[in-house]
Amino acid sequence: MKLTGAQIIWEALLREGVDVVFGMPGGAILPAYDALAQYPQIHHVLVRHEQGAAHMADGYARVADKVGVCIATSGPAATNLVTGLATAMMDSVPVVAITGQVPTSLLGNDAFQETDVTGVTQPVTKHNYLVTDVNDLAQVMREAFYIAREGRPGPVLVDICKDVQIASTDFVYPDEVSLPGYNPWHGLDMDAVEEAAALINKARRPLIIAGHGVMMGRAVNELRELVEKAEIPVTNTLLGLGSIPETHPLALGMCGMHGEAHTNLAIQECDVLIAVGMRFDDRVTGKLDEFAPKAKIIHLELDPAEVGKNVKPDVALIGDCKESLQALLSKVEPARHLEWIQQINEWRSEGEERDILRAELDELIPPYVMRQLWHSTKGECIVATDVGQHQMWEAQYFIHERPRQLLTSGGLGTMGYALPAAIGAQMAAPDSLVWAVVGDGGFQMTIQEMATVMQENLPIKIAIINNGFLGMVRQWQQLFYEKRYTGTPMLNPDFVKLADAYGMAARTVKRKDEVADALAEANAYDGPFLIDFQVEEEVNVYPMVAPGAAVGDLIRRPQIVQGPSGVKPAW
Amino acid sequence: MSADASPTSHKHTLVAWLEDKPGVLNRVVGLFRRRNFNIESLTVGHSETPGISRLTFVVDGDDHMVEQAVKQLYKLVNVTRVENITNKRAIKRELALIRVKVDAQTRAEVMQIVDIYRAQIVDVSMDSVVIQAVGAEERVDSLIELLDNYPILEMVRTGAVAMTRGHAGRNGNGSAKRKVSL
Ligand SMILES: Cc1ncc(C[n+]2csc(CCOP(=O)(O)OP(=O)(O)O)c2C)c(N)n1
Repeated sequence: MKLTGAQIIWEALLREGVDVVFGMPGGAILPAYDALAQYPQIHHVLVRHEQGAAHMADGYARVADKVGVCIATSGPAATNLVTGLATAMMDSVPVVAITGQVPTSLLGNDAFQETDVTGVTQPVTKHNYLVTDVNDLAQVMREAFYIAREGRPGPVLVDICKDVQIASTDFVYPDEVSLPGYNPWHGLDMDAVEEAAALINKARRPLIIAGHGVMMGRAVNELRELVEKAEIPVTNTLLGLGSIPETHPLALGMCGMHGEAHTNLAIQECDVLIAVGMRFDDRVTGKLDEFAPKAKIIHLELDPAEVGKNVKPDVALIGDCKESLQALLSKVEPARHLEWIQQINEWRSEGEERDILRAELDELIPPYVMRQLWHSTKGECIVATDVGQHQMWEAQYFIHERPRQLLTSGGLGTMGYALPAAIGAQMAAPDSLVWAVVGDGGFQMTIQEMATVMQENLPIKIAIINNGFLGMVRQWQQLFYEKRYTGTPMLNPDFVKLADAYGMAARTVKRKDEVADALAEANAYDGPFLIDFQVEEEVNVYPMVAPGAAVGDLIRRPQIVQGPSGVKPAW
Repeated sequence: MSADASPTSHKHTLVAWLEDKPGVLNRVVGLFRRRNFNIESLTVGHSETPGISRLTFVVDGDDHMVEQAVKQLYKLVNVTRVENITNKRAIKRELALIRVKVDAQTRAEVMQIVDIYRAQIVDVSMDSVVIQAVGAEERVDSLIELLDNYPILEMVRTGAVAMTRGHAGRNGNGSAKRKVSL
């Protein structure tokens, strides 16, 4: 069968099970767009900025557990993808990006809209390709999906010259990939399993840190079995939230820079630390030399390069974490750790006494909004968060119970992620309730995708935690720069009017007693809905491990003392 | 390249096999830069297998850095194999071309040194000679030190290439095709 390169792109996508792509056309990708008309099985979501397309593909992939696809033209469009690719790279999300490139005859000529896209994206992709011959295209597409998905997932970019899209060839979609240099699967080292099990069986104060890898490795059940069999408390990285229901009695919540004190104290006091599918990011470990000083460390990880990169484990189980956990489970003996759990629970109740939600405040504070969001949805929704204070409050006050429920840019911390990621999530799960939780700062970085929401008629709900500041930066300025608020106060548009201009229903919430009602209205509303929560401005996220400090050395929540009426409490 | 060498750092010789595809060397070099690995020298050329190039590089760093370099290289899709041969019995050689200033008096001396080092004079002009030296890095170093007394006018060194001694190892193209279903 003779097909054009343009047709081969879509044929390949069909064979990879793709039914939605996110993108924007332009000169160098126009042949591909023209051919798209012949493929009604593939839905194209028109974005308003290519960064949005990459985040949408990312959000789609995280929820659907499939490769997400975005498409853009050459030059500025391709460079607009970079932030989204870097975000997917850091969080190991399988994305395939397709970009148009100038015709092969013009390559290297500084032709109109030519950028060395494979050069630019090399550090932010797992792999990339420049296709200059139509006869290579099917094979490259096959490999791109394979690499994006297999092993530790990540983004792969395929840059396709315009003349390659126009040229024709016999189309055969290869069912084999030949990648002698890519063998991401590792056999399990059974001696290491024995060693790890022996450590766990001897442990008196064991602790698990469960990361994103648990969910990507589809090992949620195995994790839970291990937790219950050996009675091991489990804390999560930000991206690991949802790998164990936070309502589970042994689930401690998120650890690290803004983890509750009991999680970080448990890390510092444990005698065996089992790290599953996580990579000891500095936001988790704090000062490395003082991280988990009393613990023997067991690291379950798929990517050998992550083992020993930051923290040198005593035992490493390199491989698929589902397999590793299963192997461990057969060797780990049932155990009880009553004293240890009691100790953690004591720390926990100390923290809970300081919980800002315990103080009877009249002011509208973000933690309250987050907890109400959870109540109003009974936790039955997907949440995409942006980056900043609201992201941490969501992690702390929303109660995550399922994998693939929370989408957030953990590794790169990309402002502007939430709204497009929510769009991708809604495309992947049309029947789910999807909330985008955003700061007033980050929201304005990809706010134009409200038009995409409207054009696609998606019932996405948006909660703006509007504090009039780049809040997280302001918090650092308050704590570490003597309150010099340089470049953080913001003059914002009227978000409700803006929503109105886009044709989106919206309301403002200024008082605590309006929150539940507004959330109920949004949840019940048949269509997209935006709430502008105008919250108390200078509230801080606590606890906090100052950057570079040991995780046990944390800034606790201040005791909130309500001043006489009319006087603001100290946050 | 950058990154200060730590007190425990020393030189490591590594060999990597790469698929001969456009941009592969750029990926390798980009990785070294991005991960802050200290490269002393790097050479690349054909291996015995068509389509596979062989890269020899010397890095200066501690064992942790070198372990990371090996693991990160493995993650590059076009790198088929990496071997650290620092502590293996290996033949390590480099080639240098050295142009030395000579006059009627010093010419004989220089030729004598060249002889002792089993180097060769490959070009002669009125006031200079070009010497070709092949040998282990330290040997080339000491030749250069001697010749610089005349002094050296121009020099180029290739950096080390290396091969382990003894029986043949697997080449970098060993792994089989992977079948995956759609
Ligand atoms: C693209 C990008 N630019 C800058 C930053 C640095 N940064 C981190 S948090 C933050 C403030 C975010 O403010 P806002 O969106 O209002 O959220 P808040 O912290 O107030 O909840 C900034 C500027 C970033 N993470 N990403």
